Amino acid sequence: MFFKHLQKVLKENIREYGMFIALFVIMVIFTITTDGIFISSRNISNLLNQTGYTAVLAVGMTLVIVIRHIDLSVGFLAGFLGAVAAIALEFWGLPVYLVIPMILVLGALAGLVTAFPTAQLGIPSFVSSLAGWLIYRGALLLVTAGTGTIIITDDAFNAIGNGYIPDIPDIGILPEIHKVTLLLGLIAIVLFIFNELRSRKKKLEYDFEVLPMDMFILKLVFVSVLVGLITWVLSGYNGLSWTVVVVLIVVALYHFITTQTVVGRHIYAIGGNPDAAELSGISVKNLTFAVFGSMGMLAALSGILFASRLQSATTTAGTLFEMDAIASAYIGGVSAAGGVGQVTGSFIGAIVYMSLTSGMNLMNVDIAYQYVVRGAVLVAAVIFDVATRSRGK
Amino acid sequence: MNTPILEMKNITKEFPGVKALDNVSFRVTEGEIHCLVGENGAGKSTLMKVLSGVHSHGTYTGDILLNGQLQEYKGISDSEDAGIAIIYQELALIPEMSVYENIFLGHEISSNGFTVEWNETIKRANEMLKRVRLDVNPSTKIKDLGVGKQQLVEIAKALHRDVKILILDEPTAALNEDDSENLLNLLREQREQGVTCILISHKLKEVIEIADTVTVLRDGQTVCTLNAAEGEISEPVLIKHMVGREIDNIYPSREHYIAEHVALEVKDWNVYDPQLGRELLKDINFNVKKGEIVGLAGLMGAGRTELALSIFGNPDGYHTHGDVFLDGARVSFGHPADAIKAGVAYLTEDRKGNGLILIQDVKQNITLANLREISKRGVVDNNTEIKTANQYRTSLDIRTPSIEQKVQNLSGGNQQKVCLGKWLFVKPNVLILDEPTRGIDVGAKYEIYTIMNRLVKEGMSIIMISSELPEILGMSDRVYVVSGGKIAGEMPIGEATQEKIMDLATDY
Ligand SMILES: Nc1ncnc2c1ncn2[C@@H]1O[C@H](COP(=O)(O)OP(=O)(O)OP(=O)(O)O)[C@@H](O)[C@H]1O
Ligand SMILES: [Mg+2]
Repeated sequence: MFFKHLQKVLKENIREYGMFIALFVIMVIFTITTDGIFISSRNISNLLNQTGYTAVLAVGMTLVIVIRHIDLSVGFLAGFLGAVAAIALEFWGLPVYLVIPMILVLGALAGLVTAFPTAQLGIPSFVSSLAGWLIYRGALLLVTAGTGTIIITDDAFNAIGNGYIPDIPDIGILPEIHKVTLLLGLIAIVLFIFNELRSRKKKLEYDFEVLPMDMFILKLVFVSVLVGLITWVLSGYNGLSWTVVVVLIVVALYHFITTQTVVGRHIYAIGGNPDAAELSGISVKNLTFAVFGSMGMLAALSGILFASRLQSATTTAGTLFEMDAIASAYIGGVSAAGGVGQVTGSFIGAIVYMSLTSGMNLMNVDIAYQYVVRGAVLVAAVIFDVATRSRGK
Repeated sequence: MNTPILEMKNITKEFPGVKALDNVSFRVTEGEIHCLVGENGAGKSTLMKVLSGVHSHGTYTGDILLNGQLQEYKGISDSEDAGIAIIYQELALIPEMSVYENIFLGHEISSNGFTVEWNETIKRANEMLKRVRLDVNPSTKIKDLGVGKQQLVEIAKALHRDVKILILDEPTAALNEDDSENLLNLLREQREQGVTCILISHKLKEVIEIADTVTVLRDGQTVCTLNAAEGEISEPVLIKHMVGREIDNIYPSREHYIAEHVALEVKDWNVYDPQLGRELLKDINFNVKKGEIVGLAGLMGAGRTELALSIFGNPDGYHTHGDVFLDGARVSFGHPADAIKAGVAYLTEDRKGNGLILIQDVKQNITLANLREISKRGVVDNNTEIKTANQYRTSLDIRTPSIEQKVQNLSGGNQQKVCLGKWLFVKPNVLILDEPTRGIDVGAKYEIYTIMNRLVKEGMSIIMISSELPEILGMSDRVYVVSGGKIAGEMPIGEATQEKIMDLATDY
């Protein structure tokens, strides 16, 4: 009975669970090949921090690809805005609490500008964002021309990319463990279980179909153990980093918007069939602006995370970020044909992508081979996605 | 009895949650025109896709015998090699390519297997066009042809190979009467030349006119096979077998509820298409009263769809000039969203092109145009959504295993009902229906007409664009005839006749 249920649920949802299985397999392989270093608290913590700036881009890129567009400009836009942040902090002496909102707004504006030729005049986004790619690259070189690399000395700013959330003072129990992280993890698990129970109860009230009881319990246990494990590993090092906090908030927010709100549904409708969406009273133009605006803002955030992590702005910051983000989104199951793909998928895709880099670095694999492997994984992921697509509901 | 050229035995085909074909048997005699009829979702298209290898051997059970020999097609090219050609429910031509490129698409003429011999291609294309009696330059782009001519190109494409069995899935659904007649004549000619035809159609009149044999499917099973020579085929008989009950009058009678109140009025309306660079509509004046069904009759291409779109928020960016009044107040809709908000809805004639989000499910399509109604502070309430969708699924009798089925997996007629459900959920005051029963079976047509009657009784106004005259005559309270971008005439239903309308429609 149990296995029959399991088989059925896995078969029907192979696409959604496939990503997790792939991530799991990759982690196991690297753990074995690196004698356990890969799964160490320190490495996992580093890995997640490195994923941060790609992950936020991948989240924004998901929506862009869903509405059948692409944004190539975001890499150098991130680099350029990172440099502007550094200049504002170091040369203009602006305080960090002003600089960050300012950069985010600038990013959103830049996104709207990229969207203009596309949304207003119908020019392919590949072209308009390629123009952006060139322009922001030039802009980055321009603002760093006099100084070269700009070192950032603001501690608060640098903490975003390098700091960790504070812990309660040592009170004797669990001395080596980051207790606040552990506590947050536990709260997350409790909230998750509570939420699942509530939505199940509501569905049953309406007589809607739900997972069979054994599968439901399995899901609860599986997710709880997973979250528990990650928290445990992280709290064994310095705890949750600010980067991870920021990324989790972004992913949660975008997940909510895309799956629960009217705007989210309109975005997916446009991706599925723009003409039908338009005739259904959805303004394709306005939402295209909105999606590119959000992409620009996330590019700004990515730039902030990166500059803060390096504690400096460099002349090459942002190089190839857009490609990493696009690859993450595709690995995460976003369809190039539009209308299909989830931000959580792209987030996991970004982690898979970064795990490859991290694991292969630990194994001292030559960079040349690393690119080949990443390319192969990208293709494999997309093939898997296409092959399983027809099976779903 | 003549030898069967084709025999399909005990075919069963299942999709997740649906048994589309349940032990179907189907026999076709050589050189006949064999019609396949049945309700929406009965399995007609699926049966033909099994035959043509779209659903490859192994994905169904049962046997296909061609001239007594067992066939196992792995794909369409196998069935093509065996002499079977299929023209799908949706046209499959490439709009940006020329007629001759389309005819030989996938079968390019080449002597070295590498370079295409264009001169030979054009010569052969010309021969094919002559065979289907289509008088166009083979270099014309497909997008510049009307649907009727496109349909002929499809047939030319199918016939250029040595075809023994030609399958047409609802070829006349989008054609007007002349083009349909033309196509039927062409099929008769092909029959003379020894081609066996299988024709799927919901237009029972033409089935009766042309069929040698009719097979009726219902719920994935063969109900019966009828023979024209033995006088077994008539409309009531077909309907009875298809629907399982008798329908005396396809157009349900109704009292007239027309109020004096004018719901929508269009005055001196001129529309210019800047992309084509020509005037589409000139000095249009018409109105619809509360509780009235107004029919817009005319030929395909008369400009009725453009008229509807130009009023409904003008998504194609035409230049418009003139006035639209809603309940007496002048309105101007800059976007379909404005029109919907004001209570005007438009059901498109092209459900796949701009009606449905095919990759999304039934429920998402039904709620799309009115998500705000089922959401609080911008957050969609999933449970209300499921309830709403189920309500429309029941009231419109949408045949689907669940409301979470993707719309692309539904049969054509059920897709149409989803479209209708979407616009009913908007709860409009004025509903514009553009070819509302295209590709819909008689039973479902009757249901849709019944729904229309109910809606006008509740005070809705309906503008019905239709190229089917019987439908116009059977359902309207008042008829406008549109011809060449102008209103050629207006008449109350009592004075309208088929001849009168045709005269006006062809007179410009
Ligand atoms: N690819 C598919 N996946 C799932 N279900 C399908 C698929 N194709 C068809 N079906 C289902 O199989 C049944 C038969 O569909 P089919 O398209 O053969 O109907 P039809 O007789 O051609 O109807 P119509 O007159 O509306 O075109 C329907 O219930 C339909 O929903
Ligand atoms: Mg069909």
